[in-house]
Amino acid sequence: MSELRSAPAPVEARPARSAGRRKDKAVVRAPLREVWWRHLLAVLAVLFAVFPIVFVISAALNPAGTLLTTQLLPKGASVSNFDTLFHDPARPFVSWYKDSLIVSFAGATLVAFIGACAAYAFSRLRFRGRRVGLLALLLLQMFPVLLAFVGLYITFAKVGDVLPSVGLNTLAGLTLAYLGGAMGSNVWLLKGYFDTVPRELDEAAKVDGASHARVFFTITLPLVRPILVTVFMIAFVSLYGEFLIASIFLTDVGTQTLAVGLWGMTTGNNFNALYGEFAAGALLSAIPIIALYLAFQRQLIGGLVQGSVK
Amino acid sequence: MALQPTADLATADPGRGGRALGQRWLGWAALALSVVFIGYVAVQLADKGYTAAVIVAAFLALVVLALYGTRRAVPLKYLLPGLLLLLGLQVWPIVYTVATSLTNYGQGHLVTKEAATAQDIAYSVRQVPGSPTYQLSVAVKAGSPITTAPLAFLLVGQGGSLYVGDSSGLNPLAASDATVTSGRITAAQGYTLLNLKDANQRKDLSSFAVPTAGGGGIKASGFNTAYEGKAQLSYDRATDTVTDSSTGTVYVSKGARWVPKNGQGEALPVGWKENVGTRNFTDIFTNDTIRSGFLGIFVWNIAFATLSVLSTFVLGMLLALLLNNRTIRGRGVYRSLLILPYAVPAFVSALVWLSMFNQQFGVINQVTGLGVDWLGSPWAARAAILITNLWLGFPYMFIVCTGALQGLPSDVLEAARIDGAGAFRTLRSVQLPLLLVAVGPLLVASFAFNFNNFGLIFLMTKGGPFLTPDAQIGSTDLLITYAYRLAINGTAPNYGLASAVSVIILVIVGLMSFPGFMRSKALEEVS
Repeated sequence: MSELRSAPAPVEARPARSAGRRKDKAVVRAPLREVWWRHLLAVLAVLFAVFPIVFVISAALNPAGTLLTTQLLPKGASVSNFDTLFHDPARPFVSWYKDSLIVSFAGATLVAFIGACAAYAFSRLRFRGRRVGLLALLLLQMFPVLLAFVGLYITFAKVGDVLPSVGLNTLAGLTLAYLGGAMGSNVWLLKGYFDTVPRELDEAAKVDGASHARVFFTITLPLVRPILVTVFMIAFVSLYGEFLIASIFLTDVGTQTLAVGLWGMTTGNNFNALYGEFAAGALLSAIPIIALYLAFQRQLIGGLVQGSVK
Repeated sequence: MALQPTADLATADPGRGGRALGQRWLGWAALALSVVFIGYVAVQLADKGYTAAVIVAAFLALVVLALYGTRRAVPLKYLLPGLLLLLGLQVWPIVYTVATSLTNYGQGHLVTKEAATAQDIAYSVRQVPGSPTYQLSVAVKAGSPITTAPLAFLLVGQGGSLYVGDSSGLNPLAASDATVTSGRITAAQGYTLLNLKDANQRKDLSSFAVPTAGGGGIKASGFNTAYEGKAQLSYDRATDTVTDSSTGTVYVSKGARWVPKNGQGEALPVGWKENVGTRNFTDIFTNDTIRSGFLGIFVWNIAFATLSVLSTFVLGMLLALLLNNRTIRGRGVYRSLLILPYAVPAFVSALVWLSMFNQQFGVINQVTGLGVDWLGSPWAARAAILITNLWLGFPYMFIVCTGALQGLPSDVLEAARIDGAGAFRTLRSVQLPLLLVAVGPLLVASFAFNFNNFGLIFLMTKGGPFLTPDAQIGSTDLLITYAYRLAINGTAPNYGLASAVSVIILVIVGLMSFPGFMRSKALEEVS
């Protein structure tokens, strides 16, 4: 998922794509006997792509609820697995779901805001060390904090001694741990977009007596909203799926996120018996992200495509 | 819309002016709040005795005040939050990991030499005839978690005098601060008393001792009573030795713990943390068991990342070529379905594939009838992981290649056709080279990502299968899952060695991405 981080601004992708569409309409379709092999291969690939998804849906609807009895295509349909999932005292799925959404939402919001602040400084203000600072941020991105999890873990164990509310096993601590790269990871993407907003707007406001803070909050931020949404989404998706740091931080079953909690369900000895419950949980966990993708598919693909052509 | 505020300012709308004033107050309130918060943190730090950290906090408060309380240094106002997070949560963990890699920090070596010696001595406290006894109540500081907070002993001496003791020593307790019922303290200001059940869960209660003057300590004897005993061990600063008065054994410091000078018998249980220089690194490269395991991991790590990139790229590219033909009906539907795996969170996919590869019940063995123990035998586990990663990764390559193919200049393709090149020749000599130029950097990024693809491996196999029950290294271990097991998941964490492995990963990752950084257009383009 972290490959997403490299997705650049999807701004200009839309017109290009719709132009392509219009051309599509004008094209004469090839007769089936010339391109049947393309369809055959494409259908095979689609089968490969969707069969795990079909399987997990089938497992979630399987009334018997075990791995052994799960078939690729569902034989019956019942919501009993979902019912078990919501009322399992040993596995507080609803609380995991809430935790995941809280951490991803809070983290992504802060990432977008802190990134926007930094991008405003780098794009609009002139100061000594600006160029060096930007390059240093780029250089630091080569070393994700994920790789220094030992230092992060020991540090937060000590922080927890002093401030238990942001130590290990707290959502606040986990969110904080995710913010190390908040400024660096997106500042180039954001700065690029900020640069496209005409400076004349700022200057006009300044002439009228607006302070820099007023310019930032009431003029710049509303104008860069598309890129803020993009950065928020990228951060949301990657935080939602983050596993390593979450598994180190959240060892109490009551404070876990979906990734850690669902993984815990698969590690016990009774995975077979729990399977229906697990599949129901897996399906529900995937929904927010799939919904985001479907809603923003065009921008997202446009962004990835741009990144590859540049 | 953007110009609205300025227009409003020009007409001096009174409502707007009021809002500006409100915003200023908001700013001051936020500033006051952050200073109060830093003050609170500083008090907590001072309470725990972190002097250096208190100074840092005070300095931070001054910086915040000077920066946001005045009109100076505008750029820094916008950069400070991100900068602090960057320094505290990205740079510091990396620096700290590097520093830890030069120590023996880990299970049995967690504290300083002084603290370790004091603990060893306190553990050796034995009751001797005639030693004073106390009525004991076990407590923790009020407001701290009863399962993990440092213990405190609330004691009533034989004469009825009250004491409170913790790991730093024994102090008198004012009678007005405590309630004594039938000879025991049943409540004390500032402390939460533990009941029997809570106390039973504190495994550290049996070894905890309140140090007393004269080298002794007060230890609990059961839940209600405590005795002041004499330590069997004593530390001699002049010769840097520990002597056991009951047996006469002399312990000298060796390998960060106290070992008997004559080589007979066990070392003392608590060791200390010390710098070991580059020993963790030399161990990795010279210690035979560690080295062979490390080399195996390294080879598989490279192979895994390479094969993952190759397989996902080839499949993604072939599919992109397949559908890169505007005469195909239903192209949009195919594309949407092929991208679907990319939209599923990776942890969900990995766990679902894990269940499908289950030997007894999994759908893959059911459908194919193979009966392979997918995740239990080394080569099958590697294959299972590569198949899963192919499923996870090909949609990304498909998207990227589709975009790159659409971006190819049409005049080149036309020129190839006019020159008489067939479809295959055009593909091989024109499309592929241009495609590789376009997606090359993304392939490198994908390699770097997969090189540390912790989630996939850990969720599916935890680095296993392990060929022997006590094996340290599994067949599908990556460097990062190996470091994780050393630090977090094992029975005896070895943070020093884990950090050394992490440092090696950092160096490799740095070497991989540095050429890209040097070639980056960003170097010239900062405008």
